[in-house]
Amino acid sequence: MNAAKENPVNAATRLDECFAALKAEKRPALVTYVTAGVPDFETSLEILQGLPAAGADVIEIGMPFSDPMADGPTIQKAALRALEGGQTMARTLELVHAFRQRDSQTPLVLMGYYNPIHRYGVERYLEDAARAGVDGLIVVDLPPEHDDELCLPAKRHGVDFIRLATPTTDVKRLPRVLENASGFLYCVSMNGVTGGHEPVLHDIERMVGQLREHSHLPIAVGFGIRSAAQAQAIGRFSDAVVVGSALVEAIESAETRHGAIEAVHDLVRELAAGVRRAANG
Amino acid sequence: MTDLSMQPDTHGMFGRFGGRFVPETLMPLISELQAEYDTARQDSEFQRQLAYFQRDYVGRPSPLYLAERLTEHLGGARIYLKREELNHTGAHKINNCIGQILLAKRMGKTRIIAETGAGMHGVATATVAARFGMPCVVYMGAADIKRQQPNVFRMKLLGAEVIPVTTGTGTLKDAMNEALRDWVTNVDDTFYIIGTVAGPHPYPAMVRDFQAVIGRESRAQILEREGRLPDSLVACIGGGSNAMGLFHPFLADESVAMIGVEAGGRGIDTGMHAASLTGGEPGVLHGNRTYLLQDEDGQIADAHSISAGLDYPGIGPEHAWLHEQGRVEYVSITDDEALAAFQLCCRQEGIIPALESAHALAEVAKRAPSLPRDHLLVVNLSGRGDKDMMSVAQHLGENVQ
Repeated sequence: MNAAKENPVNAATRLDECFAALKAEKRPALVTYVTAGVPDFETSLEILQGLPAAGADVIEIGMPFSDPMADGPTIQKAALRALEGGQTMARTLELVHAFRQRDSQTPLVLMGYYNPIHRYGVERYLEDAARAGVDGLIVVDLPPEHDDELCLPAKRHGVDFIRLATPTTDVKRLPRVLENASGFLYCVSMNGVTGGHEPVLHDIERMVGQLREHSHLPIAVGFGIRSAAQAQAIGRFSDAVVVGSALVEAIESAETRHGAIEAVHDLVRELAAGVRRAANG
Repeated sequence: MTDLSMQPDTHGMFGRFGGRFVPETLMPLISELQAEYDTARQDSEFQRQLAYFQRDYVGRPSPLYLAERLTEHLGGARIYLKREELNHTGAHKINNCIGQILLAKRMGKTRIIAETGAGMHGVATATVAARFGMPCVVYMGAADIKRQQPNVFRMKLLGAEVIPVTTGTGTLKDAMNEALRDWVTNVDDTFYIIGTVAGPHPYPAMVRDFQAVIGRESRAQILEREGRLPDSLVACIGGGSNAMGLFHPFLADESVAMIGVEAGGRGIDTGMHAASLTGGEPGVLHGNRTYLLQDEDGQIADAHSISAGLDYPGIGPEHAWLHEQGRVEYVSITDDEALAAFQLCCRQEGIIPALESAHALAEVAKRAPSLPRDHLLVVNLSGRGDKDMMSVAQHLGENVQ
């Protein structure tokens, strides 16, 4: 991490390398989201450790927050469960650190809300996150208008700040959104919260097309994607497909911790087959 | 010296507080709202409509009433009550709702949403939505629905759909989360009428401006009555809209002291309170940076107050800023002190105040006796207490046992 810290601009990051490799393979990435500490810390770690082998290319870990205003019921419930189980920001960074002991390659992105980072202290957080092996951050309630808060400091620590583009982001606003974006672009498939209704394919394709005209960053599509068939269809025109609520549901509905691990990895294997069928050459 | 009345800056910041901490989906809409509000503010037709509804629909100006018996009873400062409880719907909330629904109409929005705690903002929103013929959805915490049944029924009578929020603690903050989720989902046709001086810019400034009619009237009324400015202003604070409305037109008058009263619940040291400035830390929630009740991990803590309208773990960003500037003094009043003041106001003045406003009255009861008889004190009687009958009866019953 030191090399990245000293020269973050020129260092090829795990995210860059991952997307370059997949481009050569001509297939989209599968990005999987799970909430840290669900159903408990140990099981959560085992789930994460098995994700790459099951076919996840990029791992997103949700940082639990008590008031997740952009999340639907599934991820809300998971966050509260994690917090009740004693998950904290420090424990989430511990989880990343533990994952990195066995996996130095898979890009890992933390997703959540600003307040727990604010409280932890931005500088201290970025130091600890970079040291633990975090590659990027998605912070839902930090639009480009507040880049000074975390986005620009993150870049100085060699941590990518992944920007969300939504159906309301018009051409006029797009340059602002893209200005300090790095890692990849997260194209939000619809106006709404996570785990919502099935997105409309041709709308997303149009959005992705518009983003491509303005940015060279890889484009990931997320929100409302649950099945291998959807992953395949969206993967045809995007660089990555993000699945979250469906995986969190698989964990939540399992009756044993072993069942939870198995259910997530099974679903990831299905989704991975989906993105592999989506040749987007 | 900074002109305290000229905030926020163009980014919506009051010093380090405020801002626009919202998901990208909402940013274009919030920018549009800001532009529309800036235009409307300068538009004489908009101002004419606003003034018309304030006068003929809300019933403004509200009286500034000299509380002679209360003044006599406390034996010190000369106490004036700003009678916001006499407004249509029984509280100051409608001042803001009228302004926002006129904006919604200007922007071509066709659906209204709101969050509510005690139900006063929900009722005021349902009222203006009915008046302007727009469908209205009000999010209300399940716990609050239980303790504010009359207001729930009022909203339904007015044609609003009241959606119980069971996530989190089932109180105001969770209702606000749910309203934000609705807004993100229905951003094209929906206008979110936020009820307090919080949320992303421009809401804190916009709601303050719509509520500032309270302070402007009070200023003119006391000048007419006493020939001089008041010596102090007192108002209760949940999010802080009635206080901001009273204080703002006086911010530049250095001789006017201002006291904001937070809900101390069962006492600050018990942790069971809603006093964000007295017992909180700066953080980011619901679109703005302000003081928040939160734990060491940045998780938002539950607020506790006898009054559902003050039961919020944050406070408007302008208050956070005025607190740090030292311009306004912020104190807290416990549930028991508020209950005592509630009864005092009933018996001395024949006015049943809202439990929220009773917090301000309790602070007045503490201060007034030691102040000179020529000290002019204006307290904002922000709402009436009809909605609180059940809670008060229950608490008084418990005390009797």
